Amino acid sequence: MSETLSIHTPPAASYSRRISAYLYGRPHLLLSILLLPPLLWLGIIYVGSLIALLAQSFFAIDEFSGIVVHELTLDTYRQLFSFANMDIILRTASMAAVVTLGAALIGFPIAYYMARYASGKTKAFMYLAVMLPLWSSYLVRVYAWKLILSKEGIIGWTFEQFGATWLLQMILDLPVIGGASLSVSYIGMFLVFLYIWLPFMILPIQAALERVPPSLLDASSDLGARPGMTFWKVILPLAFPGIVAGSIFTFSLTLGDYIIPGIIGSSRLFIGQAVYMHQGVAGNIPLAAAFSVVPIVIMAIYLTIAKRMGAFNAL
Amino acid sequence: MDAEVRFDRVSCHFGDVKAVDDVSFEIAEGEFFAMLGPSGSGKTTCLRMIAGFQYPTYGKIFIHGKDDSSLPPFDRNVNTVFQDYALFPHMSVLDNVAYGLMVKKTGKRERYLQGEEMLDLVKLSGYGNRRPSELSGGQRQRVALARALINKPRVLLLDEPLGALDQKLREQMQVELKALQRQVGITFVFVTHDQQEALSMSDRMAVFNNGRVEQIGSPRDIYDRPSNAFVAEFVGTSNVLDATAAHQLTGVAKPVSLRPEKISILTLDQSTDGISGVIADVHYMGSHTRYIVDVGDETPVRIAVQRQNLEGNELPVGNKVVLSWDDDALRPLDGGTP
Repeated sequence: MSETLSIHTPPAASYSRRISAYLYGRPHLLLSILLLPPLLWLGIIYVGSLIALLAQSFFAIDEFSGIVVHELTLDTYRQLFSFANMDIILRTASMAAVVTLGAALIGFPIAYYMARYASGKTKAFMYLAVMLPLWSSYLVRVYAWKLILSKEGIIGWTFEQFGATWLLQMILDLPVIGGASLSVSYIGMFLVFLYIWLPFMILPIQAALERVPPSLLDASSDLGARPGMTFWKVILPLAFPGIVAGSIFTFSLTLGDYIIPGIIGSSRLFIGQAVYMHQGVAGNIPLAAAFSVVPIVIMAIYLTIAKRMGAFNAL
Repeated sequence: MDAEVRFDRVSCHFGDVKAVDDVSFEIAEGEFFAMLGPSGSGKTTCLRMIAGFQYPTYGKIFIHGKDDSSLPPFDRNVNTVFQDYALFPHMSVLDNVAYGLMVKKTGKRERYLQGEEMLDLVKLSGYGNRRPSELSGGQRQRVALARALINKPRVLLLDEPLGALDQKLREQMQVELKALQRQVGITFVFVTHDQQEALSMSDRMAVFNNGRVEQIGSPRDIYDRPSNAFVAEFVGTSNVLDATAAHQLTGVAKPVSLRPEKISILTLDQSTDGISGVIADVHYMGSHTRYIVDVGDETPVRIAVQRQNLEGNELPVGNKVVLSWDDDALRPLDGGTP
């Protein structure tokens, strides 16, 4: 009897070995233990604070005392929809849309090259080239751009060397998007946004294209599709989730940024600056909260449309 | 015999690698043609050159008498079933099948009608609204077939079409592919590394090795009359005897191939007329048993012998046996052993 037992009892085990053995037979328990901390983090700190923020926007500030009244009201939203504030929202959303479009147009060919043609060292170099700007300080890069875009900057200088200052002046004379110099115009702001957020567009598109088997492209041409048709019917739809992912980054990052509009461009406010101003100097936390709800709503609408268009069908 | 596809001294080089090296052959209209060979033998490159994904470095490829050597795939009347099926994951099964018609700008009604017909042909009617990801491997294969056939190609190319299927399904698909080919009556060219598949399915086959065609012929030709040692060993199993071994066993100093099933094996008390040897190994295979027999006095030669399993006739290892065969079982080979 004792012999039989000794066969079936595992050798004397250390605690860690016993714990491992216990968990090995209960993969779900192991999974929950591993997932609990990040889920708590995500659930309480992340989503929780988001809800707290959302709740703030349903309070309003007392006009006289400047103290937040903890009573549910839509007053703050009424304030948000005032002409001046709608102007800010519209301006920011337009800039975000144009930046996203520009990033997609520039990012796609680069991502396509990385996914389809580059291999080995070239690919590593491309990754590095795309990521490298992210290693240096954001502020430094923005200020560097301010110099580049200023009247005496390299862009102005180049135009001057080619005797094309008139061309630059013509561009700057354009209504709305022009200005005294590139560094105080929307064109300049667009360029800086484009530069700063481009990696966030390239990488998701590249990842999406990487997952498209080359045989699909062969199959398309085999069935009679010329390269253009293959692009519209196969490559683009399959890269679309990546483009959407990238555009979520570029769009929402532009919507929320307050540094670039502060350094480059005119004194007209963007959402990020409005939030910064209202929660800081003005102490109007509810309005700041309401402002930060705007990007969330815009993104929600955007994703719904993308889903309707079948962006995630291939996922 | 009208040549549907003709390779005229075709070579395809990738840098220094000669994937296909001076290959000429013809595929007849309506034929089920197999390109058989180990991986890297150039068979897939040949298929891709017929499809137009690859252009020959030298030589010409004629499709239905026309020089199509450097015509892009979308201008060729040839369609392909890919090894991984290459179904478009973002489209429904019906849209996949009708893709070729959509490209040609056929109206939606018409192309869905034809698409349903093709699905019917491959016995998948009613699956049109599903996504490829919702289908089994065998079903995806059928969708790939339907999609390739909708453009009514002159030639259908199949790249290892059954490679990803399990044994049972593969056998079933072999039968269905043959039936389908008879039904649509077009030329099928398929690439495989499975000699059994090539033998059982094709009307004619080409055996590839190192970028060259070693032999072309009907499966029976290839199996019964392999022209060289490579073919003899790659297609089926064979005892390939070099000149020395052949001299010792047959008296003629020329390399020969001898199929295991053509050798009769008897115990010493049954016969003494033949080559004597000792059983070194026994492999029981169900319907038959393969014996490995050591023969020869001077240099030992291993001979594989195959015998149908009848009731109670198994011979044990170490048994002394006598081997004999008809003279026409010996196939003279070109060149030496591989």
